[in-house]
Amino acid sequence: MVDEIMPTFFEKKQLVTPGELLAEGDYQPGENTYMEENRIYAQRIGLVDAENKRVNVVALRAFYVPKVGDIVIGTVIEVGFNGWTVDIKAPYTAMLRASDVLSRPFKPQNDELSQVLNAGDLIVAKIASYDRAHDPQLTVGEPGLGKITRGQIMRVTPTKVPRVIGRKGSMISNIKQETGCQIILGVNGVILVTGKNTADEELAMMAIRKIEEESHTSGLTDRITQLLKEEKSKMEENKT
Amino acid sequence: MSTVLTRVKQKQIAQLIDAGKRLDGRGLTDHREFTIEEGLIERAEGSARIRLGKTDVLVGVKIETGEPFPDTPNDGVLTVNAELVPLASPNFEPGPPDENSIELARIVDRGIRESKAVDTEKLCIEPGKKVFVVFVDVYILNHDGNLIDAAALAAVSALINAKMPNYEIEDGEVKIKTGYSPLPLKSHPITVTMAKINDKLIVDPWIEEEQVMDARISIAINDEGNICAIQKGGAGFFSPQKILEASKLAQEKAVELRKKLGW
Amino acid sequence: MNDKPEKLIDKKGVRLDGRKADELRPVKVQVGVLPNADGSAYIEHGKNKILVGVFGPREVHPKHLSMSDRMVIKCRYHMAPFSVQERKSPAPSRREVELSKVIRESLEPSVFVDLYPRTGIDVFIEVLQADGGTRCAAITAASLAIADAGIPLRDLVVACAAGKIDDTVVLDLYDAEDKLGMADVPVAYMPNLNAVTLLQMDGVLAPEEFETAVNMAVEGCKKIYLVQKEALRTKYMTTVVKEEAEE
Repeated sequence: MVDEIMPTFFEKKQLVTPGELLAEGDYQPGENTYMEENRIYAQRIGLVDAENKRVNVVALRAFYVPKVGDIVIGTVIEVGFNGWTVDIKAPYTAMLRASDVLSRPFKPQNDELSQVLNAGDLIVAKIASYDRAHDPQLTVGEPGLGKITRGQIMRVTPTKVPRVIGRKGSMISNIKQETGCQIILGVNGVILVTGKNTADEELAMMAIRKIEEESHTSGLTDRITQLLKEEKSKMEENKT
Repeated sequence: MSTVLTRVKQKQIAQLIDAGKRLDGRGLTDHREFTIEEGLIERAEGSARIRLGKTDVLVGVKIETGEPFPDTPNDGVLTVNAELVPLASPNFEPGPPDENSIELARIVDRGIRESKAVDTEKLCIEPGKKVFVVFVDVYILNHDGNLIDAAALAAVSALINAKMPNYEIEDGEVKIKTGYSPLPLKSHPITVTMAKINDKLIVDPWIEEEQVMDARISIAINDEGNICAIQKGGAGFFSPQKILEASKLAQEKAVELRKKLGW
Repeated sequence: MNDKPEKLIDKKGVRLDGRKADELRPVKVQVGVLPNADGSAYIEHGKNKILVGVFGPREVHPKHLSMSDRMVIKCRYHMAPFSVQERKSPAPSRREVELSKVIRESLEPSVFVDLYPRTGIDVFIEVLQADGGTRCAAITAASLAIADAGIPLRDLVVACAAGKIDDTVVLDLYDAEDKLGMADVPVAYMPNLNAVTLLQMDGVLAPEEFETAVNMAVEGCKKIYLVQKEALRTKYMTTVVKEEAEE
């Protein structure tokens, strides 16, 4: 039998810890769970849920594991012979090949590469390939990807990124609208906020931080929109 | 490890064990044939060399005089050290003792110390000032599995073989006299190591079995049949029931070995 | 200071610190205490005070220590010089080297090492104050720190020791009992899988006494497991329960 759904937790999901027995019998192990004989146990701390006999745990604490197609924001940490090593806040460092960035065939001279991207530069990239035997390979060969030149960077736990996006993107659209900022959400939990001025950027960042803290409450979208409107009007008042 | 067991070999070993057999034909609870040679290093006060299958371990005992530990002023000092010398295995590297040699030394030490194998009270020359210090140095010459039991058996054999110089105290000075006496021993602990493979307990694992096992447990038993040291090793686990099974098995094997050794 | 007490446990079954034979010392744990670590925990078990920080999964350095098909676990058990009665040199002792190894081997069975090949996790254990049973308290905290780092686990690992003082098998020896007692049996355990991942023993025990000690230690572990789970719930509950019941 599946663990009871506890009515005291708003989203009606129970908090489970690693090793906790979640179900026994005719069930399938889903996210963050594993099966031993015919019993399903939790692998991580999270909220358990069952959907069509599939038991999942939405992890409250997990690190980012790359997936092909993910948009991530990373920091260049090393300039190599034919590319750059990038820190994408994952267990593996990623590689960006020079051939991906430069339009023409290049001569492997270190100097050239560091002029394109140097250690410390931030980039928005896409995971082009990744498997168990190889570190993730990045690509910036698509519109919207490449070196970051302005804006502010912040980090949230990767598990909270979906909440920042909101249902059908509702949450993130609201923030963008109210603050007039451009926001790029890396699946790896790194977020780039670019606004017309620092005040707008900080407003957006504050909203995102609030979402991270209160992610499992309800009515969050409305509360955030309300908060942003209030802060925005305060800012307008201060100007006049 | 640089010598990796092929998957085929791993499967072979595991399958045989399921059928109650081992690659070298032994039963699951059989020790390999072994011989112990004593007194081969004349410069040492005591020595013994064991060949347990192809595992080859030499133990030397040196006895010197020194100060007792402040909290045991009437007791002699016993210290055990182990070296996994590079010639014993392609995986041993020269250098200071690593975690494996330190663990090995401490397991052997525990078996000897807790069973009170060496009667440390009789090693007191002048309480609080001078005692005999017994150095037990374990030297692994060839690693073919189960270094713990080989080292423990050789260490006790070396202690049995060891001789202390006769002495008398003249004006507070230790004067060595002629002749020797055996090292005063109170117990002859026997250590039995068992590996767990496919939930079965295998006594005296050989090196390839050690590479397949998920965990091991070593149990030292004194002359009275009481347990005086235990160490679980390896990245696997045992159920509490399996541990008690291992304890029983170790007691049985200790009785067998004690008879064989005449201890 | 060196006067040995005559009895460690009296006729009524009361120990020098007031506990009964099967009573645990108080245990308190907190999770997520080190901002720079990926996972962390702090434990107070009796007078033991131990802090654990976990980093990873991350790339292994030096590279030759990394394994192509699994995660590597590195563990360092270290005692602060001021943690014991007589100041201890900060250099790693042989005991610390052995404990680092057995503690690593007690945690490894709980980690899904096959999931993240070519990575490693570092577990750093610092004993700030010691009073007997530090390896057990360290394991209890380390397992929480690993869970706090978001690393997938089969179960939490919890540890507790049993032993013998005078002629009685007792639970959870503190330093004086360990030094003056007859035997000490530390045990680490994964309760949901009924798996013992660390077992050591020194002293002398008859086989039946050993059986009693193991069972007693396992029961002690089960009690501390509840404290571990509660600590995790407490930390993560605050992110979950802010019941602004607005629909």
